Amino acid sequence: MSSKDNSTNPCNKANHVCDKAQYQEASLWEKLKLNVHLILCPCCRDYTKNNKKLTDAIKSSNIQCMDKQCKAALKEKFNKALKEQKIS
Amino acid sequence: MSNHKINPNKWIDLYSDYLYNYTISRVNDREVAQDLVQDTFFAGLKSMKNFKGESSERTWLISILKRKIIDYYRKINSNKGQAEVRMSFNTEEDEGDWLEERVADPFDKTAEDAMENTELGDAIYNCLSKLPEKQAQVFRLKTIEGQDTEVICNELNITASNLWVIIHRARTAMAECLKENWF
Repeated sequence: MSSKDNSTNPCNKANHVCDKAQYQEASLWEKLKLNVHLILCPCCRDYTKNNKKLTDAIKSSNIQCMDKQCKAALKEKFNKALKEQKIS
Repeated sequence: MSNHKINPNKWIDLYSDYLYNYTISRVNDREVAQDLVQDTFFAGLKSMKNFKGESSERTWLISILKRKIIDYYRKINSNKGQAEVRMSFNTEEDEGDWLEERVADPFDKTAEDAMENTELGDAIYNCLSKLPEKQAQVFRLKTIEGQDTEVICNELNITASNLWVIIHRARTAMAECLKENWF
């Protein structure tokens, strides 16, 4: 995989499609082209393998984050308390 | 040696998701988890003077949260009055029932699986905390919250190609970090 950072580089394109595929946002045609590229490029194969591993790990960990509204409410409440503490 | 400084202004942005994930995997109730995280932040704010800087802010907040979780379990256990033990015995009437019901279900989630998932979740959040703020934010919105590309771009005022560059960098760093600490 070349270290050149331009969008015309086939490896950069392949990695971009691989990233999109992790979120089901790659088209069938893009995935087909990616698979052809992966046959020829061991570096991109490696990247794809690690990328899939990461996706699987996140799925199986079942991690969660706080609800957006709840976080905003907490932030507001906390900032208010923080201000009061600074004043006193 | 005290290296760490305390700055509560960024606590919610930096630690609320980590603390929430830590709590939900231990109490298994969204509302309780939210309350415990909130209590932790307020308790941290109250006892800021006690922060000696020997550990990071996050570690310090987690130690407060752990005590809150223990207190929560103590409270609900004291409310119960007495422990309830349910046991099922096979009686002679069960004779001839399906044997499958008596053997362990290989697909059933065991305590070990749950524990491993909890640890993996902690490892993921640890790696996430090492990313630059912007990368962590985009990665969290896209990967953990599962938000649409368009929504994130509008919220953060970035282009789609910008988002994918950030995602690529974040995923590369996350994969590398998890390779060292988990895989």
